[in-house]
Amino acid sequence: MGKQNRMFIRVAILGVLLAALVFAVYSSLASDSVLKAGDAAPNFQLEQLGGGSITLNDLRGKGVVLNFWGSWCKPCEAEMPELEKQYQKHKDDGVVFIGVNIGQTPVTVETFVKQVGVTFPILLDREREITKLYKIGPIPTTYFIDKDGKITDILVVQLTEEMIEEKLAKIMP
Amino acid sequence: MADQRKCECGHTNPVGTVLCEFCGKPVEENGDRAFPSMRYEGMARRSQTHNKTLVDHVWNFFSSVKIAIILIVITLIAAAVGTIFPQQRYIPVPVSGESGVAAFYKDTYGMLGEIYYLLGFHKLYSSWWFVTLLVMIGMSLVICSLDRIVPLYKALSKPRVNPHLSFLKGQRLRGECEPGSDFAADETLAQAAAILKKKGYRIYREGSTLLGEKARFSRWGPYVNHIGLILFLLGVLLRGLPGMYLDEFIWVREGQTVAVPETPYYLKNVEYKTEYYREDEFPEQLDLENRLIPKNFQTDAVLYVNENADLPGAEPKLREVKSGSITVNNPFVYEDLYLYQASNQEMQLAALNFTLIDKQAGNKELGRVKLDLYEPEQEQVVAEGITVRVISYFPDFYMDESGQPATRTSQPNNPMFAVEVRSAQDGAAEKMIYVSGRIIPESEGGRYTLQIEMPDFTDITGLMVRKDKMLPLIYFGSFVVMVGLVMGFYWQHRRIWLHLEQGRLYLAGHTNKNWFGLKREAEFLVEQLALPMSLVLDSKSKNSAAENKTKEEEKPT
Amino acid sequence: MSLITISEWLLLLSFFLYVAATIVYVLAITGRRWANREPKEHEQRYGRAGFYLVVVGFLAQLGYVIARWIAGGHSPTSNMFEFMTFLSFCIILAFLIIYRIYRLTVLGVFVIPTGIIMLAYASVFPSKVTPLIPALKSYWLHIHVTTAALGEGILAVGFAAGLMYLVRTVPQERPSKSTAWLEIVLVVVLMLVGFILMVSTFANLDQKTVFQVPQFDSSGNVEKTLEVEYLLPAVVAPYQSTIITPGPMTPWFEAPAWMEGQDAARKLNTMLWSIISGLVLYGLFRLVLRKRLGAVLKPLLDDIEPDLLDEISYRAIAIGYPVFTLGALIFAMIWAAEAWGRFWGWDPKEVWALIVWLFYSAYLHLRLSRGWMGTRSAWMSVIGFVIILITLVVVNLVIAGLHSYAGV
Repeated sequence: MGKQNRMFIRVAILGVLLAALVFAVYSSLASDSVLKAGDAAPNFQLEQLGGGSITLNDLRGKGVVLNFWGSWCKPCEAEMPELEKQYQKHKDDGVVFIGVNIGQTPVTVETFVKQVGVTFPILLDREREITKLYKIGPIPTTYFIDKDGKITDILVVQLTEEMIEEKLAKIMP
Repeated sequence: MADQRKCECGHTNPVGTVLCEFCGKPVEENGDRAFPSMRYEGMARRSQTHNKTLVDHVWNFFSSVKIAIILIVITLIAAAVGTIFPQQRYIPVPVSGESGVAAFYKDTYGMLGEIYYLLGFHKLYSSWWFVTLLVMIGMSLVICSLDRIVPLYKALSKPRVNPHLSFLKGQRLRGECEPGSDFAADETLAQAAAILKKKGYRIYREGSTLLGEKARFSRWGPYVNHIGLILFLLGVLLRGLPGMYLDEFIWVREGQTVAVPETPYYLKNVEYKTEYYREDEFPEQLDLENRLIPKNFQTDAVLYVNENADLPGAEPKLREVKSGSITVNNPFVYEDLYLYQASNQEMQLAALNFTLIDKQAGNKELGRVKLDLYEPEQEQVVAEGITVRVISYFPDFYMDESGQPATRTSQPNNPMFAVEVRSAQDGAAEKMIYVSGRIIPESEGGRYTLQIEMPDFTDITGLMVRKDKMLPLIYFGSFVVMVGLVMGFYWQHRRIWLHLEQGRLYLAGHTNKNWFGLKREAEFLVEQLALPMSLVLDSKSKNSAAENKTKEEEKPT
Repeated sequence: MSLITISEWLLLLSFFLYVAATIVYVLAITGRRWANREPKEHEQRYGRAGFYLVVVGFLAQLGYVIARWIAGGHSPTSNMFEFMTFLSFCIILAFLIIYRIYRLTVLGVFVIPTGIIMLAYASVFPSKVTPLIPALKSYWLHIHVTTAALGEGILAVGFAAGLMYLVRTVPQERPSKSTAWLEIVLVVVLMLVGFILMVSTFANLDQKTVFQVPQFDSSGNVEKTLEVEYLLPAVVAPYQSTIITPGPMTPWFEAPAWMEGQDAARKLNTMLWSIISGLVLYGLFRLVLRKRLGAVLKPLLDDIEPDLLDEISYRAIAIGYPVFTLGALIFAMIWAAEAWGRFWGWDPKEVWALIVWLFYSAYLHLRLSRGWMGTRSAWMSVIGFVIILITLVVVNLVIAGLHSYAGV
């Protein structure tokens, strides 16, 4: 076996091993894959509070603000009026506001919605399936999805009107 | 420096060769130094030949057994450090968030705990440096094996039947004698061959030299074992690929059907039960002070596949695929999905029960009201013309800072209901609140009230959801490891040479372990042949000193 | 008479037979120079007697295992008492195997006491036959624990032979670092003996000390108080505790504040007593014998070729290592996969089994590849067994984990 040949084999083997190392470290650190801006928003269908259901992909052509919340979460409660105001302002500009409640009973959700005075559609994720699908950790988490179903921003923070306004600009068709 | 070296027998050997490939004479001018190492039968190891480029440096680094040992020892120490305090996943109390974890280590173990946390030792086994250590051990395994398998194969595939005299004289076990002039060489060697054959040796003969060899395959043991370890580590590594490994947990109430996360399946908990040993089942009287010993934790479950799974969240279309019970040590298996009985919450509040009382009709019982804590009905008809409507429900009730009712979690730990009783006859509507085991009417002097009855309880089962597609590879790797270990440790490669040269008969023996066993066999041979020969078995310490010495020289320069 | 009673008697019988065997083995070696004797013949005769005693003891212990297995309905490997008795059983079995190969009488002088200490240590734990909790109800309990114990038993013979090598080769003419280390190892063994003596003595004396121990929350306020009971006289009291029932002595000092666990101070107290009693025992030996313990033991081994001891130690480890790998790692992984849904979870017990395995892997590589034989190899075999004991004892009693059911 020539020197060159041996060199080539060694480089190949070391390359494979190095790739294994990088992969191992990577998969131990990023144990949970996350959705990030630029990814396609996974499609889903959920029952709506008060009847009917919404399928995300049916909303293509419109911008979507997808807000995940629970009635036990104080920052969620605090940002609801801000979302509502923006909803009222832009509901005719080709954007849809959707609240996704995480796993609560319709009665609880209804009480809460009345309390905070929200009028945009609220979806019930009773099985927390969509919550898992969207890798929701702390709430409130809000996804901004453009008309082509691509995620433009993910905010894990209590929203203010200014923040919503700024992100909305990117998804308005 | 030349790449090859010429032996006095005329054969040219690669650099790094210790014993001539052809005749077995020590290649380097040993002078009166000790006999060189027999490892790899004196063949050149690949990593020793060149050492020029970066690739060669890296290669040689990982091909060194010394480095392998250092890696093993570092891993060992690191692994021990990780057990000083519990790892994050084994924290015995519930903690929330990163700050909760930090607080746990600080409060429970003081300053040491704080340092432990800050150094990241609470997640030591998934830390980048520990994973790197494990992968480096894997790299060392691969490169060490590759580096040694080829020369060992070369050496073992052609046994050195007729070695140089200095080779025989240099063995740890040896003997020689002058058998005398009436000695029938051929006859003796044939007799020796028969004896050795009976002992399970394979016989090679060349002129006046005889070689008996046994259990050569055991030399492959370490490599087989290392290949098994490589397969094992490969299996572990590949679990990181998406879809290979699933680790989820679900809580399911009795009667409830829930989605099994990341799969198209739904699971129904038909019944959960805990069984305890009866006193008469104890083999011996025990002083348990009224404690019970659990006998069985069991969930009877039905697994469904959701044929509508392509669209998450859509109304599921369920088809039953399997039903059965899940107990500890007996997981529920369907294709590659495994469900394990892992936890339980028994006697949890499921529904509140009331009797609706008409105070004006002399506390007449109108009917039963059931408020399900998980799926409360919006409205229920209690009696002719009388309905109870749920206005609001806070499963884990508390009053927030602004005096508003709120819920702390979505679990029914402290349920609060506001309900409205409506009567069709008089059109009256009365509101009342249930909280903390009491009924509070909105205004005094109402007509209706709710009398609290025994609530419904339910058992909740906690199931682990697992998929591990790499398990077969991991088990196979373990199996190969065992095969290699047994090959290498329970058999020994033994060789015995008999060599007649210039009227003297030489015996030499070599093995990789159990010299006493080899010596016993050689002694038996000498005794059977009635040879006037006494055998010498060199002390190991002397030999090991020599091995250390050659080892020093083996180091790449 | 019930099966359980029979099994208890058989176990006791095996204990006394092992003690008798040890005495006979010691006489086999020391008696060689008695008057009117052919040394070789003497050693053979006594050696054979010792061996028969061990065999009978082993059969009695086998009877114990079988009787208890039948009575309890499961292999006697489900708690600390059962495991430690089973380990001693495996050490004796390993002795029989290795003795068959090498026929070295003096091996009994060191290996049988190792088994006896394990058996005596078992008696510290509650010995009732308990029914299996669901987590243990699996045939893997029998397979995993018995194989692991057998591997550890064989490795224990490697330890005993390694220790013999050290006793044989460390020069005792004048004190050195080596003699000091050897004495330390022997003192640690005496501490274990001291611990067993203390606990078994006080278990029957009813000299309990009971403390009331306040538990603090994170802001330093008293949350609740617990009662902690000491079996042994209290040298160290729990932090800020008050005595409810006084024992035979008043504590000398209080445990530091960070030792918060309910049992932390009690464990510290027990550990202190082990150290004290071990040192006292050692002191008594030194006073009576006026020699280092190593020097006392050395003449037993003077006739033995050190190479043979080195070989035995290595051979035992070479035989035990695959068994340990199979029982303590591979079978453990298969069971863990079946019971807990993962074959490996970095539970402390798992980690320590891995540490033992890595340590012996290093031993084998150093020996086979780097020529570490003789003294260095012997030291490693001793350290290896210490790590096994840490895995079996410290991890169960001090570090809690999934395997804590085996604790007391």
